Amino acid sequence: MIRTLPNSTSYKAAYKLFIVLFFIFLFSPIIVTMVLAFNNSMYPSLPWQGFTWKWFFGKGPDKIGIFHDAANLRSIYSSIHVAITVTILSTIVGTMASFLFEHEDFKFKGTLYFLMLAPLVIPGVILGISILLFANAVGTFFQNVLGIDLQFLGPGYWLVVFGQFSFITTVVTMTVSARLKKFDRTLEDAAYNLGANKFQVIWFITLKYLRPSIAGGAAIAFLMSFQNFNTTLFLVGSNATLPIKLFTQVRDGSTPVINAIAFILILVSSIIAVTTLFTGKKSE
Amino acid sequence: MQIALSVKNLTKKFGDFTAVNNISFDVEDGKFFSILGPSGCGKTTLLRMIAGFHKPTSGIIELRGKNVIEVEPNKRPVNLVFQNLALFPMMNVFENIAFGLRRRNEKGQVVTSKVSEMLERVGLPGYEKKEINQLSGGQKQRVAIARALVLKPTVLLLDEPLGALDAKLREHMKVELKKLQAQVGTTFVYITHDQSEAMVMSDHVAVMNSGHFEQLDTPQNLYNSPASSFVAQFVGNNNKFIVGLQKDESGNFYATTPEGGKFLLAEPFDIESDTTFEMYVRPEAMIINPDIDDKTINVLKADVKALLFDGGNSRLLVVPENSDMELIVALPQNHQFDYIKAKDKIRVGWHPKSAVCFKRSEEKIYEEF
Amino acid sequence: MKNSKTHKIRWSLIIFITPVLLWLFLLIVFPQLELLKMSFFGTGLPGKANFTFANYAAFFTEPIYWLTFVRTALYSITVTLLVLAISLPLTFYITKIAKIQTQGFLTVVVLIPFWISELIQVYGWMILLRESGILNKFLLSLGIFKQPHELLYNNVTMLMGLVYISMLFMIVPLIGVMQSLDDSLIEAAYDLGAKKITIWKKIIIPYVTPGIMSGSILVFMLVLGSYLTPKLMGGKNALWFTEQIYNSMIIYFNWNQGAAFGFLLLLLSSLIIFVALKITRQDFRKVIK
Repeated sequence: MIRTLPNSTSYKAAYKLFIVLFFIFLFSPIIVTMVLAFNNSMYPSLPWQGFTWKWFFGKGPDKIGIFHDAANLRSIYSSIHVAITVTILSTIVGTMASFLFEHEDFKFKGTLYFLMLAPLVIPGVILGISILLFANAVGTFFQNVLGIDLQFLGPGYWLVVFGQFSFITTVVTMTVSARLKKFDRTLEDAAYNLGANKFQVIWFITLKYLRPSIAGGAAIAFLMSFQNFNTTLFLVGSNATLPIKLFTQVRDGSTPVINAIAFILILVSSIIAVTTLFTGKKSE
Repeated sequence: MQIALSVKNLTKKFGDFTAVNNISFDVEDGKFFSILGPSGCGKTTLLRMIAGFHKPTSGIIELRGKNVIEVEPNKRPVNLVFQNLALFPMMNVFENIAFGLRRRNEKGQVVTSKVSEMLERVGLPGYEKKEINQLSGGQKQRVAIARALVLKPTVLLLDEPLGALDAKLREHMKVELKKLQAQVGTTFVYITHDQSEAMVMSDHVAVMNSGHFEQLDTPQNLYNSPASSFVAQFVGNNNKFIVGLQKDESGNFYATTPEGGKFLLAEPFDIESDTTFEMYVRPEAMIINPDIDDKTINVLKADVKALLFDGGNSRLLVVPENSDMELIVALPQNHQFDYIKAKDKIRVGWHPKSAVCFKRSEEKIYEEF
Repeated sequence: MKNSKTHKIRWSLIIFITPVLLWLFLLIVFPQLELLKMSFFGTGLPGKANFTFANYAAFFTEPIYWLTFVRTALYSITVTLLVLAISLPLTFYITKIAKIQTQGFLTVVVLIPFWISELIQVYGWMILLRESGILNKFLLSLGIFKQPHELLYNNVTMLMGLVYISMLFMIVPLIGVMQSLDDSLIEAAYDLGAKKITIWKKIIIPYVTPGIMSGSILVFMLVLGSYLTPKLMGGKNALWFTEQIYNSMIIYFNWNQGAAFGFLLLLLSSLIIFVALKITRQDFRKVIK
């Protein structure tokens, strides 16, 4: 049954087989994608035609690597630009929200908390279209009634930022709250008693204690923002982010340059993932 | 002697509940003052008011003659050693102790030398770089005290800091703490529910019960002449007799038990008719099989129900004849009483001076354990 | 304490609550209300549009709309159940059967794909499964296939893809709750003579239900709102409801129709989650944490 109880060999063997199959299922698409980034072929497929770096560094004319692929580089830049803003905003607001829900008391706290969780159960597509509609309504109002043209309310950079911020902040709030829940508030009293003022108490004690979870929340926020498709789809303007740009290339088929991009993304995400997991474990 | 801390008519109400009820006391500079009481008696509330975390409903708190009621906790010259110590886990020992100094804008060499001097004082020289989770319970204790003492507070408040330690270490730390206090000369105000901690360390002890002080005295006086039934029960161990009082023609006072016992008392009392009294005799004041000719000693016959061996703290559990009450009698381990076995019949006596009497109080003030 | 801190509490409350209120009202509440409002207006010149039920009427009268809707809902439930069927034994193995030394390693390894974007995961499957893909080449070389088959663009493949992209959202909460299940409970049940089936039914499943529910909600939401996977792996003639919304909004530029669809999807997801929580007697706030 479990490791401390006697188990029959067939039970153990069946379980081993299940686990092996599962991990093949889990990793085969990822490994195949990564390996084919180095295939010296025009198609992301077999047969293997030899090892090459061209899909990373190739200058053309036939094989243009990602580092010389202007269109894709532009979308990567757009994604980073969006992701940095979203990360900063959602980390700040998410941290404030966890202070609000863990340390403050006010009327309708339960209702507001419920509302804070809502973005998790609203499909991303709906967040996207509803923000698009609302921004349009507000923009129209300003235009018609006040005669002010608010550019940032049209599809584009700021709408994408707002759309992603709307649900990523919930994730950050929950990450930070999980640690703040474990915070012993007598530490704040102790610092106060030792002569710290209210700002210093939060800065030197509470925020310092929360640092691993804030860093973890920020890392998750960056990744979620960088990879978001569903919400961004409806809000994006002329500067497509990477997932939007990649989507048509994936759908219609492209050269293994996508594999090269995927290779980099997988590597970066895995490094961030492992770092976050380990720093999270260490700070327990 | 200068008064370090003076509390005058201090009251704290939480809604309808009065946690601290009109308490006044003074603590002289350099003294070790303890507030002893069961949990829920209001001692923590009192301490937190002195520290500034609670605002009193009414009353005055003076530190060296200055009223500090309006002073924020971070500006008061008092520091608190918390019950759970509240050491900052994300900082090492040095940063913990330097925290308060840094808040006073002290920098560099001054901080370093003050911290290392303080660590030496508490017996942890060279521990600056240790992380908090590398320390043992007793070491954490010392760091917490060092962190507060380094700020040279007018009064150091300690909120049951020994509670989390195991029994052996607690015994040790009691002595350490007393020595440390004598050495640094800072005024300590210590709250605890453990009467032994309070007695061993303090110059003066206030016994607190449901928001007020029952008695404020030296440990010796608390033990020898408790001012109330509550103190008699809470400080040390005691045997309780429910008695009536009588006065004979020669002016002697006697306590009489329902079973027909009649015991001489050392002091006179105001006797109102039909009043029941409580008489207390300490187990260690009991004499086993006293000299039969000594007529000044009160004696009763009893059966030994059980022998409770506990080394130096060994006792007999005895039941007086014709009674169902149980008495505890100290059993010295000097081989004099080796012959006593369970179910034996013995005589138990005490000197009239060893017994104290109080009018029986109706309210159940303290759960015996 | 209350008295002395009244002043402080007011200020910190104002500082903390202001950005949160702006966030939740400007980006969640008002947009959803706008969505609801728009869904009741007909297309027309801005400001001159009339109140109408036409957008909802269209949904119920056009079979393609409501069939897609029902299909999406049923597929999402199926995927959630499939994911649960894989995740339960898997997380049980990782937390309770695997050697202590390998347990930490497995936990980290299983979580890595969690951080990789859906698009790349789907892309991986596409180069594996398409007619000129790796699997075809492999099976041809083994002689199992006589000629290449298109393994993409059918419902089974799409289901598998949806299971793949959403699976880890079930595994993460389940690992957490399985880890907190005390081994001695299982040992005690075993010692008292319970069979495996009984232990699962009476001990494990009841204990991990909160984890199952939070995982199921996440998976269900993710699949229901998925756009990429059905679009890239599903058959040409089988639409996903999110594609329906995209088509109305972006291709036909009928925002009112899109709003109605969006609102229906929101209603459906809330309803299914509500029913699931009621059946298992769980509290939403405790499940999502």
